[in-house]
Amino acid sequence: MADVPMLEMKGITKRFPGVLANDKVDFDLFAGEVHTLLGENGAGKSTLMKILYGLYQADEGEILLNGTPTLITSPTAAIEHNIGMIHQHFMLVETLTVAENVALGLPSSRGALTDLDAVSEKIVQLGSQYGLEIDPEATVWQLAVGQKQRVEIIKALYREAQLLILDEPTAVLTPQEVDQLFDTLHQMTADGRGLIFISHKLHEVLALSDRITVLRQGRVTGYTTTEGATRSSLASMMVGREVKLAPDKPDVETGSAALEISGLSVIGDRGNVVIDGIDLTVNEGEILGIAGVSGNGQRELAETIAGLRQAESGSITIAGTDVTNQRPVDVRAAGLAYVPEGRMKDGIIGLFTVAENLLLIDHNSKEFLDAGLLNFEAIRTHSQDLVDEFAVKTPSLDTPVRSLSGGNIQKLILARELSGTPTVLVASQPTRGVDIGAAEYIHKRLVQQRSEDTAILMISEDLDEVFGLSDRVAVMYEGEIMGIVDPKKATREQVGLMMAGVSQEQALA
Amino acid sequence: MSDFFTEAVLIATVAGAIRLAVPLLLAALGETFGQRSGVLNLGVDGIMLLGAFSGYYTVLKTGNVWYGLLAGIGIGVILGLASSLISVTLLAEQGISGIGVYLFGLGMSDLLFQRLVGTPVPISKFPKIDIPGLSDIPWLGGMFFSHSVVVYLAFLAVPAAMFVINRTTFGMNIRAVGENPEAADSLGVSVSRVRWATVTIGGTFAGAAGAALAIDLGIFQQNLTNAQGFIAIALVYFGAWRPLGVMAGALLYGFVNSLVLQFKTLGIIPQSWSDIAAMAPAIITILALVIVARRFRAPSALTKPFTRGT
Ligand SMILES: Nc1ncnc2c1ncn2[C@@H]1O[C@H](COP(=O)(O)OP(=O)(O)OP(=O)(O)O)[C@@H](O)[C@H]1O
Ligand SMILES: [Mg+2]
Repeated sequence: MADVPMLEMKGITKRFPGVLANDKVDFDLFAGEVHTLLGENGAGKSTLMKILYGLYQADEGEILLNGTPTLITSPTAAIEHNIGMIHQHFMLVETLTVAENVALGLPSSRGALTDLDAVSEKIVQLGSQYGLEIDPEATVWQLAVGQKQRVEIIKALYREAQLLILDEPTAVLTPQEVDQLFDTLHQMTADGRGLIFISHKLHEVLALSDRITVLRQGRVTGYTTTEGATRSSLASMMVGREVKLAPDKPDVETGSAALEISGLSVIGDRGNVVIDGIDLTVNEGEILGIAGVSGNGQRELAETIAGLRQAESGSITIAGTDVTNQRPVDVRAAGLAYVPEGRMKDGIIGLFTVAENLLLIDHNSKEFLDAGLLNFEAIRTHSQDLVDEFAVKTPSLDTPVRSLSGGNIQKLILARELSGTPTVLVASQPTRGVDIGAAEYIHKRLVQQRSEDTAILMISEDLDEVFGLSDRVAVMYEGEIMGIVDPKKATREQVGLMMAGVSQEQALA
Repeated sequence: MSDFFTEAVLIATVAGAIRLAVPLLLAALGETFGQRSGVLNLGVDGIMLLGAFSGYYTVLKTGNVWYGLLAGIGIGVILGLASSLISVTLLAEQGISGIGVYLFGLGMSDLLFQRLVGTPVPISKFPKIDIPGLSDIPWLGGMFFSHSVVVYLAFLAVPAAMFVINRTTFGMNIRAVGENPEAADSLGVSVSRVRWATVTIGGTFAGAAGAALAIDLGIFQQNLTNAQGFIAIALVYFGAWRPLGVMAGALLYGFVNSLVLQFKTLGIIPQSWSDIAAMAPAIITILALVIVARRFRAPSALTKPFTRGT
């Protein structure tokens, strides 16, 4: 390690209306190391990084790059100083191709004309070098979440960033993808690059970082080298109390079949079969976990159940009512609650306030209408109750949801979806990108909902979550169910094999 | 009706359709750039009117139609820059600010006309150029290859616009900024610079469209454009934000207009119906719009001003 840190942030303070997001934060980074920022949702991690990347300006404090005080007034300035950032939420232009997204903002070797062929070539090369295979000609909106994240990483690699900020890059990756990413990141630090890493997954933090700084409510509240730290020591540093890493699950008598899917086939965005004749039943009071690598039809399955995608054949019934290819509003009326995977895009309306987002599915209910007009008083009471109950951290009910932290947005969606009494809950990646405290809470709520006889279909790439919560685990691979196993009997390795396409008989043999 | 199916009338109808499509095509192509980058400029018609007046007045004074066209373009650039300032830098509500520009152009062009000209005097028009060889082809020659230079230029602008939007870095930036300005900004693409450029291009095309209209007719009068600038905006939607689609829309509109004119001249439509017939193009455009709107998605950031957080 060099003597002068490549980055020093000193006394950074940043205020937003009603929130002190960063309070005299000091942070530094040496070339060749990984320094992790740890903290609960809303602790101010992304804010600090956006200041470094020139997206926000600090109210107080200074930034030194290689010992020189530097003003970073825009992302352009940051890129010029070889700072790269992988944002917590995708920064991709969905209607452009992968190559176009990578080339954006860079000078072209062909002057005014795009040089996408050259860009594509380099993407393929970077892809094979770092295990980030991607079709440069694919349009981004057609990609699965995991693939989109690859594009983000390639964007940074392509720009040869020396200092790379990774704001929850693993939140959307499968365990194998995370391993691959870490190989990439190790290569990068070996080259003398410095990495700032943000993640809520403690085992990742322990595996990757050299040093760890903990933020709570905008302030630095802890610092440690990775040596000697454990998951539970980090968890309590973050939350300020002891944390339960796995939920208690009471025994629940399962009832009758609440969600029945039979012979379901679905065509995907690219016109290929993404769900191939699957049968599934979820009973009242049961959590059926769906394990699988993202892009194997899970997103399409959830969307089809929710009425957001056409089924080609087969049927879906909720509590005996046939809801196949019904409008989303009718599926909801039949008893479905839905927590989508793309929470920024499908779960909320970012510009709407907290109160408005909490109302989205109920805006026609009598409770909130007064002679056909919205009854604001009832709405506020209802929203405040939900915000309190689900511990959503927000400055006010009138804050646009877009400015909440990721975990708080997820809690908000959950609050809204569970505010009725759903017969069936479909939850996609319920704790992706959510901090430990919030994940603990969300798990508790899912278990509680199960005790209240809701049938829960939980889609997750997080095997800890799948094993910890599910009563049965179905493994999905290339649009088919490879088999359903009992998490108490099956091992992770067996499920991992099935996720890779090995049949149940072979995997369990 | 049989009068209609004569060689002379059919050729005149198609040639007329192409001619009438030109101002719309120019204005709509320019507006396509703005909208692809996320800015809706409702002021097109106002810019066209001022472009038309300045084109007319310049030709009146100099006798040179090309100076007139340049004057229209010049006014277009100025008003395009002004529109950029309003909607990109000052972040005005785009649904309203454009109407202001329109009203300004409508009033100002008339005021200037009353003050500087008073009674309409006809001016010289663009000369027709028969393309050697092609213009002699029976039927087709008269329809397609016997027009003024402006007509040819306007249609050549279509592939040019396609090329710029799809093949250049500038075009890629336009598409990115119109779809996800935050992402473009995070990669160092200046959202405001791109939008200033596209809105100014839009103004320039609108100014040219106005001058082309006035010099094609050889006259100016109050509200000469008769809301063609608004039709042009609708055509951008109709054309699904693609130059080829926009051209198809402009031609459809020109054709219906030309047909109505011929029918009136031939007495197929009684004079008393002429007002109703004049609405046909607008109605057809709206119907087409309804059909198209179902299939294509507008740029996601259309009408949304962009500022980076604070
Ligand atoms: N643009 C903004 N306007 C207003 N408040 C904001 C804005 N951005 C962030 N905040 C607030 O600042 C605080 C810190 O948010 P930040 O996004 O930095 O948290 P975080 O640590 O990244 O959380 P997470 O783990 O959920 O991503 C939060 O209370 C958030 O609501
Ligand atoms: Mg964050």
